[in-house]
Amino acid sequence: MKRMFCALFVLAGFAVTAPAVNAGVLDDVKNRGVLHCGVTQGLPGFSSPDDKGNWTGLDVDLCRAIAAAIFDDPNKIKYTPLTAKDRFTALQSGEIDVLSRNTTWTLSRDTSLGLNFAGINYYDGQGFMIRKDKKVASALELSGASICTQTGTTSELNVADYFRARNMKYEIVSFTTADETLKAYESGRCDTFTTDVSQLYAMRLKLGNPSDHTVLPEVISKEPLGPVVRHGDDQWFDVVKWVLFAMLNAEEMNITQKNIDEAVKSPNPEVKRLLGSEGNFGEQLGLTRDWVVRIVRHVGNYGESYDRNVGIGSKLGIERGLNRLWNKGGIQYAPPIR
Amino acid sequence: MTTRTFVRTAFAPNEPPPLEADSTASRFARSLFATPANFALTVLSVGIVALVLPPLIRFLFLDATWSGTSRDDCLANAGACWPFVRAKFGQFIYGFYPAAERWRPNLVLAFGALLLAPLLIPAAPFKRTNALLFFGVYPVVSFVLLTGGNLDLQKFLLGRFLQWTTVAGVGFGIGLRWAFWTDFLFSAVVIVALVAALAALLRASVFAAVTAAGMVLAGLGIILLAVDLDFGLAPVETRSWGGFLVTLIVAVTGIVVSLPLGVLLALGRRSRMPAVRYACILFIEFWRGVPLITVLFFATYMLPLFLPRDVTFDTLLRALIGVALFAAAYMAEVVRGGLQSISRGQHEAAAALGLGYWRMMGLIILPQALTLVIPGIVNNFIGLFKDTTLVLIVAIFDLLGQIRASFADPNWATPVTLYTGFAFAGVIYFVFCFGMSRYALYIERRTAAYGRGS
Repeated sequence: MKRMFCALFVLAGFAVTAPAVNAGVLDDVKNRGVLHCGVTQGLPGFSSPDDKGNWTGLDVDLCRAIAAAIFDDPNKIKYTPLTAKDRFTALQSGEIDVLSRNTTWTLSRDTSLGLNFAGINYYDGQGFMIRKDKKVASALELSGASICTQTGTTSELNVADYFRARNMKYEIVSFTTADETLKAYESGRCDTFTTDVSQLYAMRLKLGNPSDHTVLPEVISKEPLGPVVRHGDDQWFDVVKWVLFAMLNAEEMNITQKNIDEAVKSPNPEVKRLLGSEGNFGEQLGLTRDWVVRIVRHVGNYGESYDRNVGIGSKLGIERGLNRLWNKGGIQYAPPIR
Repeated sequence: MTTRTFVRTAFAPNEPPPLEADSTASRFARSLFATPANFALTVLSVGIVALVLPPLIRFLFLDATWSGTSRDDCLANAGACWPFVRAKFGQFIYGFYPAAERWRPNLVLAFGALLLAPLLIPAAPFKRTNALLFFGVYPVVSFVLLTGGNLDLQKFLLGRFLQWTTVAGVGFGIGLRWAFWTDFLFSAVVIVALVAALAALLRASVFAAVTAAGMVLAGLGIILLAVDLDFGLAPVETRSWGGFLVTLIVAVTGIVVSLPLGVLLALGRRSRMPAVRYACILFIEFWRGVPLITVLFFATYMLPLFLPRDVTFDTLLRALIGVALFAAAYMAEVVRGGLQSISRGQHEAAAALGLGYWRMMGLIILPQALTLVIPGIVNNFIGLFKDTTLVLIVAIFDLLGQIRASFADPNWATPVTLYTGFAFAGVIYFVFCFGMSRYALYIERRTAAYGRGS
């Protein structure tokens, strides 16, 4: 059957190449010379093409870091922009090696879909945006408010839970698309607009006067977003997981794109282990000793990536919040490299 | 007594004199305000135009921002944000095609226009050569230019069964592998021998059969040679194609493949050979019964689950095949409509002149049938042109997909970005669809001059 297929394809004038090795994903990627990375079809700050057509964003940076660790070149990536619907199919069928597409880690996805979440690169959660002139400082003051949201999303259910649990009155006004919802909020159909906080900041940019609106500090749901790989290849799972951890560890040790060349000479044993001048941790992963140096030099540490794409250095201007390192008041925590 | 729905019992009132007899002013008044119903319709239409047109002009031109480098420049005005389109223009047209290589799609588009224009102008000479260049040579040249060619073919037919070419073949230094080409030559000899044997067995002309097989293989060889040669072009993956380039590629492939395939399917469906007829019915009904989205989704994401792991072929190619087969099934039914309107007398007259099946179809039936269904065919073409945008769901960014993707750029997120992008897409689609429809009208009038049609 296989031969018949092949013969047919070649007759059609298209050659089928690629050697028939059933090695792991890491070896496949190395042989291929390019990483297949699944991203969104455009989500501000996480993955979107810039004016020159280069993909940028927090999720994109993770893929770039993986490519940098493997090839010492963050550009050896083929991006597959995926819709929410077909992202898992694309991963399961092997179209992509890693899915880095603001995907929430849930039990059912982790188990029955045959996927593994390799970590959390962004702690998101549902929040509220409101006009500054309403003088509301906390979600707890929202009793009696009308709330704009998108139909059929978990946001709607979360709001119901949150308000009922606190005996607060509310009125849901829902729309089918995010843009419609925003327009309704802007025209005053409702007092507040709710969706994931990262989305709120992105949507705020589409308002006529973004600085008139503020995002309330309360986060009423857990949306841990992270990179996903297929079940069945633990080595590849480790690589993706540790690339993320390496970026976090680099931030913790204050190793940045700027000071990486001095950091390599550092006598600090922790830094030495991270940057590969001591031990062979990179090789244990199937990479090279200087894998973290490559990541930091080409992409930067987690904090740099955050600031550049979604944080204060970007148009979105999202506070670090939960995404601060554990020793700075957040919950981003990476196991040590030793 | 039979019941009748309507029987006129009195004479109809006299019609007013023809419009040409009136002065322009009263003609204008008569045609717009003749009856109360006309009056109401006129007022309604003027009202709608007055409601829609001024805001549209204000948004697109008067209030629009014309220059700038980021969202901050567009925030000041309520109108369209044209600098957004300018900044993203390259992406809208070429997708992620590397900037340094964009001369290649440009060349392809220029060649296409150069070859297509004389084909479309009835008075232009050398139609046959021109058609051969456009349908035969142009696709291969475009393929090589766009992908970079140098496919690095490794195995042809026999090599796959005998597994003798597993040794990494040494190239000739121009992108060819000796293993593939010896394989090709051997396979060609074997195929020609088989064809000759078959012809001898069926008592057909061995010489004619061998010539035909040889020509087909030689053609295939030339095409394979062209795509296998190393012209020194940097390879560009189809994944980095996008924007209007992809819209055109999908639409043109769909259009060019669907018409001949549709004609064959329509003829097959009316064939008196049951095997052919049922095969065609099955094909047409299957492709018409399945939504295009399903076809694309299946081809892109489900197929790899069934194929062996080392067999991959290009996503765009899969989408192209899906779109072309889908369009062909629809085209077949349009053409069948035309075929059914040709009376039996035409068939019989052609048969009486001694014409065989293919000559009868080619010279007598199809020219009349196709002329009759030009509106239907063009309708399909226009539908197909707009349907191409469905490839977005299999992660191929056509014009619209590319525009939507750039909405996510935080650097250009403004209240008007969305509308600006869609306005731009609307203009492009309209220009092309309207162009096709006007050309079709022209052809209809021209063919009507030969004495058929309205």
